Amino acid sequence: MTRLLAQDVTLGYEGRTVATDLSVAIPDDSFTVIVGPNACGKSTLLAALARVLAPQEGAVVLDGHAISSYRSKEVARRLGLLPQTASAPGGITVGDLVARGRYPHQQLLKQWSDDDEKAVVEAMTLTNVADLADRAVDELSGGQRQRVWLAMALAQETPILLLDEPTTYLDISHQVDVLELLARLHDESGRTLVAVLHDLNQAARYATHLIALRPGGVVAASGPPAEVLTEELVTDVYGLACRVVPDPETGTPMVVPRRPLRGPASEKGARTGAADGALRADG
Amino acid sequence: MSAPPRPRPAPPVTGRLVRLAGGRVTLRVGPRSVAVGVVSLLVVVVGAVVSLTTGEAPLSLVEVGETLVGQGSRSTEFVVLTLRLPRLLLAIGVGAALAVSGAVLQSLSRNVLGSPDVIGFTTGAATGALVAIVVLGATTLGTSVGALIGGVVTALVVVGLAAGRGTQGLRLVLIGIGVGAMLLAVNSWLITRAALQTAVDAQAWLLGDLSNRGWTQVVALAVALVLLLPIVLAGARRLALLELGDRPAGGLGVDVTRTRNVALLAAVGLAAAATAAAGPIPFLALAAPQIARRLSRSATPVLVPSALLGAAMLVVSDLAVTRLFAPVPLPVGVATGLLGGLYLIALLVRMWRGSTT
Amino acid sequence: MVAEVTSPGETRSGARPGSAARVLGLVGLVALAVVVLLISIGVGSRDIGLAQSWSLLWGGDGGDATGTEAAIVRDLRLPRGLLALAVGAALGLSGAVMQGLSRNPLADPGLLGVNAGAATAVVVAIGAFGVGTVTGYVWFALVGAALAMMAVHVLGATGRSSGTPDRLVLAGAAVTAVLIALVNAALVLSPRTFDSFRFWNLGSLSGRGVDVLLAVAPFIAVGAVAAFAMSRALDTLVLGDRAGTALGLDVGRTRVHAGVAATVLAGAATAAVGPIAFLGLAVPHAVRFLVGPAHRWVLPYSAVLGAIVLLVADVVGRVLAPPGEIQVGVTTAVLGVPVFVALCRRRRLVSV
Repeated sequence: MTRLLAQDVTLGYEGRTVATDLSVAIPDDSFTVIVGPNACGKSTLLAALARVLAPQEGAVVLDGHAISSYRSKEVARRLGLLPQTASAPGGITVGDLVARGRYPHQQLLKQWSDDDEKAVVEAMTLTNVADLADRAVDELSGGQRQRVWLAMALAQETPILLLDEPTTYLDISHQVDVLELLARLHDESGRTLVAVLHDLNQAARYATHLIALRPGGVVAASGPPAEVLTEELVTDVYGLACRVVPDPETGTPMVVPRRPLRGPASEKGARTGAADGALRADG
Repeated sequence: MSAPPRPRPAPPVTGRLVRLAGGRVTLRVGPRSVAVGVVSLLVVVVGAVVSLTTGEAPLSLVEVGETLVGQGSRSTEFVVLTLRLPRLLLAIGVGAALAVSGAVLQSLSRNVLGSPDVIGFTTGAATGALVAIVVLGATTLGTSVGALIGGVVTALVVVGLAAGRGTQGLRLVLIGIGVGAMLLAVNSWLITRAALQTAVDAQAWLLGDLSNRGWTQVVALAVALVLLLPIVLAGARRLALLELGDRPAGGLGVDVTRTRNVALLAAVGLAAAATAAAGPIPFLALAAPQIARRLSRSATPVLVPSALLGAAMLVVSDLAVTRLFAPVPLPVGVATGLLGGLYLIALLVRMWRGSTT
Repeated sequence: MVAEVTSPGETRSGARPGSAARVLGLVGLVALAVVVLLISIGVGSRDIGLAQSWSLLWGGDGGDATGTEAAIVRDLRLPRGLLALAVGAALGLSGAVMQGLSRNPLADPGLLGVNAGAATAVVVAIGAFGVGTVTGYVWFALVGAALAMMAVHVLGATGRSSGTPDRLVLAGAAVTAVLIALVNAALVLSPRTFDSFRFWNLGSLSGRGVDVLLAVAPFIAVGAVAAFAMSRALDTLVLGDRAGTALGLDVGRTRVHAGVAATVLAGAATAAVGPIAFLGLAVPHAVRFLVGPAHRWVLPYSAVLGAIVLLVADVVGRVLAPPGEIQVGVTTAVLGVPVFVALCRRRRLVSV
């Protein structure tokens, strides 16, 4: 049985439907990565799984019950979310921001406990921001800030953690730092991780379970990366001609885009070239 | 490899932990916020003493004390209980209500300009009051009722128009400014419809004034404060989390929609009640929470210090206009408007000079 | 805060009318303005027919031997109508220039301190110098508007990355707040000043004669010429400071020039009729919807449409509340706010 799944959900915002009858299951103890082209509904699906967006139809099920039937704090003790757009209030210190992750464990008259302190210190140590505890968040670099937000989500100490594009705005070395950290968390603490990523090669490297969405919020394939990430899938989902070769470092599938062909195929080539550009710009 | 957590002398969070009842109650308190609150409270107390003892009929502290416990003469009773005390209490209540309302609305809209005086709520209350004065020929009580209705209706309209998906804050501010500007024109028009004396009265009311008020206003405002302040204070931590954004707050277990609606309603109620009692006092709701937050160096709304500071600011402002400009009765709203406007300019300059703070 | 205004140039002009159609449209609007002017001359406590107005205008006696109607038309209603057209054109133009200049779709002369500056100066005129006529207010109002506008721009230019779109609006709100407080204090202290001021403060065309028109017309004419001369520079400026500089535009100087033109236009208009809100905001948006973002079309269309809207608002105000009137400042605010709200509700606008 899986703890978290979406059953036939229809997702969207006022007047715009992003996905219809979408069903996904997040395998327990997996590091699940959701990939797909821009605007295919990845982040929307993640928001629905975290119940910050209510499905128009269908239900998200957590531990056997509709997620909407839980009290908000109860959900937040089982499932954390690192959203893509978060704004730190001006002047807040790193420690205070990370401590906000403890909200679901606190009460009006019990605003701080030893558990809180332990969780906060541990989260900051794991993400390597403990030395920044007294610094203001808005003084930090983009990479540091992203790690602080991650620390906040970790301080929540949930068995399931959802991450919406945790590597955005980071340079390549910081991207690897964050992903290695997530992999370690997954291996050592047995948390279930669900992340939306743009970079297919990183997804293939770190995921134990890959879900590929096609535009319109349709699951094109899901399963172990080695089975899911094929040349056909990339062509099908992204409209990109490519080769898939083994990653020389890890042996996981690696997508290598092809150069546009000359001659009759040039129209197709131009299109895939553009998609490739978009992919790189986002990664 | 997770390194063992290094022992730290103090928790990694700011503020002091206050443990009560054998650790069953633990509160996080910012020392600077406490200082702001205590100093504000002292200012209120000093202001209260000055305003009760000085004026056209100077009284000693003993006389005031005797009057308050029912031992005064008829003349001191009139001066203290009918003239000065209601005015003082009103200044405290209105200042606190406006400051808390501003703190909540600024937090909800994540925008300094999201205070009720900028986004048209108080202008709408003024429109309601003007309709009562000019069209219906209402008395003081009718004016208050008109203001209450006007403020709440305007708030509902502005919030309704701003509702929708996505970033609510800036849209709320802009639509509020627009609706407020329209109501301002309507207010000016209503004033030209009136005879000069009515117009002068209405204009005086429009500026925000504490004179000619009585116990009716004090009691009405007290009821509003008793009902609404606990609601706001109980939601303070959720409000702070909402400032992270809707999704982060939702991920942390905050019921975003309900928290926002409850806080919004309470804030609107406080602003409308304050305006009904004293007229649209400008800029207090904008400035008091900002000053409190900056002095506290807090990254979250500081509701109690804001309330105390708002009360202190209005008590002092009212003292200034009544004592410094006597015998000309300058409405207190003129003073807060001038000071608030200058404060806003200073705030903008500071904000734009150094981009880090 | 970047909406329509920043749509680069003419990329979407395919869906919009071509040059010939735009010229025709402009001519049509001018003709419409003339018709509205004739109607406005006929409407009032004494109704005068369209044909009669026309004949009276050209020196006939319109079948009325006493000459009362001729006097009403020539001395009261015609100057009033012409003033409405001039002021409306000035406000429309000023709004269009300010929006381009600040890249802020919400910029409006009233929001940038012009109204408050003029109001302060008028209070000074009434209270300190005993000025009692609208013609007398004009000069004070013009100076006050210019000073307030300068203060707003100086404040908005504080610090690094100065002059960003929303800064001028915030600076305008702050300066306005201080000035309004001063005005209120003065009004409380002097009920007599208040009595004169409350009628000016509304934005009204009543009681304005040829003298007011003549006093502000030169300013409006100069401002309009300066504004029209800037249309290419504005097209470049809306692409952003960096892009503008890269395209060889002197961004700083353009901004000063455009700011001066907008101030003169708005200041003269406010001086003549008092504060009018939302016209300068709403008209350029309607125009952009009609003819696209290129300023060589936006500017003339904004002028003509602004003129028509203000005159129509005046006529509506007179028709709705005879024998008095609802002042044009109220009518434009009530008509303009729905446009403003609709703009704010558009998704792209709210992106900060």
